[in-house]
Amino acid sequence: MAYAIRRSGESRSFPTGDSFLTGAAEDADTVVLLGVPYEPDPSRRAILIELGTECLGVHTGESAGEEGSNAVGFARYRNGDDPPSDLVELVRQPNTEDRAIEAARAVFEGAGLTVVVSADRIGRIVDRLVRPKYNAALRLLDDGLARAEDMDMACRLGLGYPDGPVERAVRGGLAYHHEVSSALFVQSGQPGDAPARAAVVARERSERR
Amino acid sequence: MTGIRKVGVCGAAGTMGSGIAIVSARAGFETVCHDVDGEGLERASSQTASFFARSVERGRMIEEDRDAALRRLSPTAELDALADCDLVIEAVFEDLSTKQALFRALNPICKDEAIFASNTSTLSITQIASGCGREDRVVGMHFCLPAQLMKLIEMSPGINTSDEAFEAAWAWTEAAGQNPVRTQDRPGFILNALLVPFNNDAIRAVEAGIASPADIDTAIKAALGYRMGPLELIDLIGLDTQILLSEAFYPITLDPRAAAPALLRRMVAAGRLGRKSGRGFHDYEGSAMYGA
Ligand SMILES: NC(=O)c1ccc[n+]([C@@H]2O[C@H](COP(=O)([O-])OP(=O)(O)OC[C@H]3O[C@@H](n4cnc5c(N)ncnc54)[C@H](O)[C@@H]3O)[C@@H](O)[C@H]2O)c1
Repeated sequence: MAYAIRRSGESRSFPTGDSFLTGAAEDADTVVLLGVPYEPDPSRRAILIELGTECLGVHTGESAGEEGSNAVGFARYRNGDDPPSDLVELVRQPNTEDRAIEAARAVFEGAGLTVVVSADRIGRIVDRLVRPKYNAALRLLDDGLARAEDMDMACRLGLGYPDGPVERAVRGGLAYHHEVSSALFVQSGQPGDAPARAAVVARERSERR
Repeated sequence: MTGIRKVGVCGAAGTMGSGIAIVSARAGFETVCHDVDGEGLERASSQTASFFARSVERGRMIEEDRDAALRRLSPTAELDALADCDLVIEAVFEDLSTKQALFRALNPICKDEAIFASNTSTLSITQIASGCGREDRVVGMHFCLPAQLMKLIEMSPGINTSDEAFEAAWAWTEAAGQNPVRTQDRPGFILNALLVPFNNDAIRAVEAGIASPADIDTAIKAALGYRMGPLELIDLIGLDTQILLSEAFYPITLDPRAAAPALLRRMVAAGRLGRKSGRGFHDYEGSAMYGA
């Protein structure tokens, strides 16, 4: 599936050198926006907008649950500073056109990536589920439940995970974890989404530098 | 080095108890397999024999070792048969009064120095030990399912557990070829404390229409490298069991993430218990998926 890219600055999903950037056509019916402001264009099959922690509605506007067009949000999942994973989360609004979703799926699957579709909520699927878990692990660590390496080993040996929650959150960057958790917390008000103390410390230290 | 020679397993006809007995006998310990269910013990004995036979077939064990391990296992429905055990591990039903009654009954039967261990997933070790008469020699020893394959053991002392008893039990887990990690006497120890709320969050994501169960599972596997998505795992654990786990944690932790989601209760009421009923978040008879 042919796609064109409009790009400004570095993309978290497709950093410089990523083969997805070189696979783009000069122009195509489906356009991928990497850091470029969105302009509606109904003549396109799909306009794919790279998202950070924000909702797609920030770019397109909303109309009380009736919004939707050929604009599809997306982000390739990335644990902070870790390299991007193979997962692309597509973001749809209630009335997003099915043909735009299909085009987005074809573009990313054509690049060898795994595609899922999420509603337009902060955290989408993965961060919505993992950030409260990392917060819980960091709080349990503060409470003295177990040592960090034992918590991580328990998850690796007991659940077969490739890594544990503490090592993963630390590797991705606790300041980044703070950013995502804060965005989730503003939306949900759930205590589990509030950044854990260690993330607050990392955030404050990063601001001092 | 462990001073423990002979091990008793209570609830040895059950899922966990039969696996724990295999771990013990395989590592060279005389193992008394106790259960109130005599028929269940017979069933467990033949399953154990098949497990060891497969281990030999797959080259993980030689025949002599298999025969020796099988000889070390002695099934019994009599509690008195545990009298000369150095360590008794209970894996009976997850019910505080059942576990307390068992340890109280065992106390006058077992040697004074014997250590009692509990495989509880959600109950307090201190509460299980309470009133048993040897509160200083009761430890938490939480194996993972399937116990005969998983190496991790979460070890937790109760408030009254002596360092000596804890260290002796720890040394036994290492001698049995397991990987112990130290945790505290808190609901769910490490694994379930993280897993039960995480799984409930996945159910709430389905309920909120964030994504289909299939996409939630795919996303978690692709992003994190997990072998199973949370909803596949809940289907395996059983949706009814997920409610029981939530009900064991929430009243103690008051963590809203641990509370059983409304959708989970509705699905159990609708008979969708997961794999065991053929349908949960995924359909195991057809290919349809439940939810958004
Ligand atoms: N199933 C799991 O995934 C899992 C994992 C880790 C820990 N656990 C814990 O292990 C324990 C057992 O769970 P299970 O899933 O193996 O249960 P199960 O129902 O398969 O087995 C329990 C066994 O205990 C026997 N029993 C009941 N009361 C007894 C008594 N007073 N004396 C002797 N035997 C008695 C029963 O006959 C049965 O064979 C529970 O505490 C549970 O929380 C379970």
